[in-house]
Amino acid sequence: MSTDAVALPGTELASRPLVSSLHDWVTTVDHKRLGILYISYALVFLLIAGIEATVIRIQLIRPHNDFVTPQVFNRLFTMHGTTMIFFVIMPFLFGFANYLIPLMIGARDMAFPRLNAFSFWMTAFGGLLLYFSLVGANGLYGAGNAPDVGWFAYAPLTSRTFSVGHSTDFWTLALLVSGFGSIGTAINIIATVFCMRCPGMTLAKMPLFAWLNLVMAGLVVLCVSPLTAAQVMLVIDRYLGGHFFDTQAGGSAVIWMHFFWVFGHPEVYVLVLPAFAFASEIIPVFSRKPIFGYPVMVGATIAIGFISMSVWAHHMFTVGMSSAANNFFVISTMAIAVPTGIKIFNWLGTMWGGKIEFKTPMLFCIAFLFQFLIAGLTGIMQGAAPFDWHLGNSYFVVAHFHYVIVGGILFCLFGAFYYWFPKMSGKMYSEALGKLHFWLFIVGFHMTFDFMHIPGLLGMPRRIYTYEPGRGWDTWNLIVTIGVFFQAAGILVFLGNLIWSYFRGKPAGNDPWDAWTLEWSTNSPPPAYNFYTIPSVQSRRPLWDLKHPDDPDWKYE
Amino acid sequence: MNATPATLVPELEWKLPSRGPVGMYALIGAESAIFTIFVVAYLFYIGKSLSGPVPSEVLSPPILYTVCLLSSSLSIHFAAKSLRGGKVRSFAARWFLTIILGAIFLYGTASEWQRLIYKDGLTITTNLFGTTYYSLVGLHGFHVIVGLLALSTVMAFTIFGVVKTEHAERIDVLSLYWHFVDAVWIVVFTVVYVIGR
Repeated sequence: MSTDAVALPGTELASRPLVSSLHDWVTTVDHKRLGILYISYALVFLLIAGIEATVIRIQLIRPHNDFVTPQVFNRLFTMHGTTMIFFVIMPFLFGFANYLIPLMIGARDMAFPRLNAFSFWMTAFGGLLLYFSLVGANGLYGAGNAPDVGWFAYAPLTSRTFSVGHSTDFWTLALLVSGFGSIGTAINIIATVFCMRCPGMTLAKMPLFAWLNLVMAGLVVLCVSPLTAAQVMLVIDRYLGGHFFDTQAGGSAVIWMHFFWVFGHPEVYVLVLPAFAFASEIIPVFSRKPIFGYPVMVGATIAIGFISMSVWAHHMFTVGMSSAANNFFVISTMAIAVPTGIKIFNWLGTMWGGKIEFKTPMLFCIAFLFQFLIAGLTGIMQGAAPFDWHLGNSYFVVAHFHYVIVGGILFCLFGAFYYWFPKMSGKMYSEALGKLHFWLFIVGFHMTFDFMHIPGLLGMPRRIYTYEPGRGWDTWNLIVTIGVFFQAAGILVFLGNLIWSYFRGKPAGNDPWDAWTLEWSTNSPPPAYNFYTIPSVQSRRPLWDLKHPDDPDWKYE
Repeated sequence: MNATPATLVPELEWKLPSRGPVGMYALIGAESAIFTIFVVAYLFYIGKSLSGPVPSEVLSPPILYTVCLLSSSLSIHFAAKSLRGGKVRSFAARWFLTIILGAIFLYGTASEWQRLIYKDGLTITTNLFGTTYYSLVGLHGFHVIVGLLALSTVMAFTIFGVVKTEHAERIDVLSLYWHFVDAVWIVVFTVVYVIGR
């Protein structure tokens, strides 16, 4: 099989003319190529949004700094937030889901390959549309260019009166377009998981990766659609003269908040469930033990899916809701900690008594476990409405959600990069550079986001472009900004590692980690058709069964 | 040949749902969420308009057009059944009836909008009622138009003799969408013409 396999990407591309190989990439409907397109696209936007974050932090390094103007600062944090959520993390996760789900469930492609390509290009054009605002959104004189309404774009800031010109339109349309892409991909993942599994792979024998992404896709279907609806309403308001969010005509600014957070909170779980999926594959392999409590993990995932739909208004405690609403959202927020806690204990249970190998992917996942726990604890602090009245809209909130997104999700993503890089490229990454990346990034991460909590507690509001000296915020902000440079160095090492290993890395072989899921049974990189013959499985660890015919898993499951 | 655990397991019965209906159900889930947001907005803004006209002055329930749309669900159901039974001519007739019924409904919406705009002076900018009404009914009408385009495409293929019994499953997927559009109308009708008035 190794000889007749048409390997992707790389091997056969080198000998072809550039135009025709580019044409192949643009017109491809192969889930692996689309996965790599998603991931590369997200890497580009990671750099852009990372630079924006760095500029924001340089501006805040000391009081009364004037590195950028207030107007530019507003645009920077809007673009940073929007880009990171919609055009970095989501494409990363969709990319990995696209690449891995068919391989893990023993299928030759996604259920709808052309829909897959359509969804990717929608997402890609959404990102281009957002950044086209820099040249295309001049509008009236002084109206600015890039969107500057914040990533949740509260009304009435987005109305024609307060947002002259076209920058908000670019923001709306970018999210609308990429939303269609996300919904398309989610539908595709659902259909793939339900309809394309190889013989023997019942839902109860599916890798947790596929389970978690299935629930993620369900959440995307149910929560990105409300965002799409809300954006349509905003377009109606801005272009057709509607009054949905127009308080002058009796409309409500608060209903935009509800609509946005009905999307916005499940979105957090859309982002974190695939991160859990990475951890659920990586931790068992590097602990040399099967995952602890598989059925409970599946149950907890589904519970998170349901509960996450009913917690959105904990983003709105400071808006002034009725006390009944406050109570409901406090309780549901506390409730979601239970299934999440179950997961953390199950990962610990997997590691407990295991023969842990501290390879780079595992290091990132271990760091994820502890950091995600802390992120959850600060989440519970803000989930208590009275405390949130103190913390709301402060840097404490910013520190909390960056702990979730960077400390939780991004760490898992890095783990996933190192874990599956050998499969995707056929080459082994440099373990030394990987470890350097890990230590640089973890030091930078903790400098930045641990210390960011404190000015928040001391009352520093988010989204201010500068601050007065002598409020006790100065030193903390200095430390926070210094941490950013460690993180940036870590990212550069990471990118360098990817590029160096792609060209100079040692061949990885098909199964460098002695792992158990089906993607490791085929070539690295997998051929276009994935499997020479469609595999059949009998347990959750088909490759264990194959490697240990004397003691297969299916005897015990 | 590398490690593919195909040899381990004897041939077993393996049947999974087909991807068409599953994909369509997922799409319907997404569409339902979109409609839910518009319905919530409509319900939230009932009686909050600062100026007239208000629903009770200008709206009357379009019973006849509703009957047309809902019966198109029946006709598409029987059309799909005919195709599964191999009766292509009867399929074509019932499919055509579905298109006609859908078009009559669309005409109903159009004439209501014309009356509202030119006689009652209600546009999307007039007040909150206008904004929410045209958005919700318009969103539904948009889905009817998309459905009619899809149905007409199938009709054209049928006339050219391309549609055969083996396409029955695809026709079923399309009829799922049409049923959804009809079901949404029941919700919209209830909200706009019963509760909202």
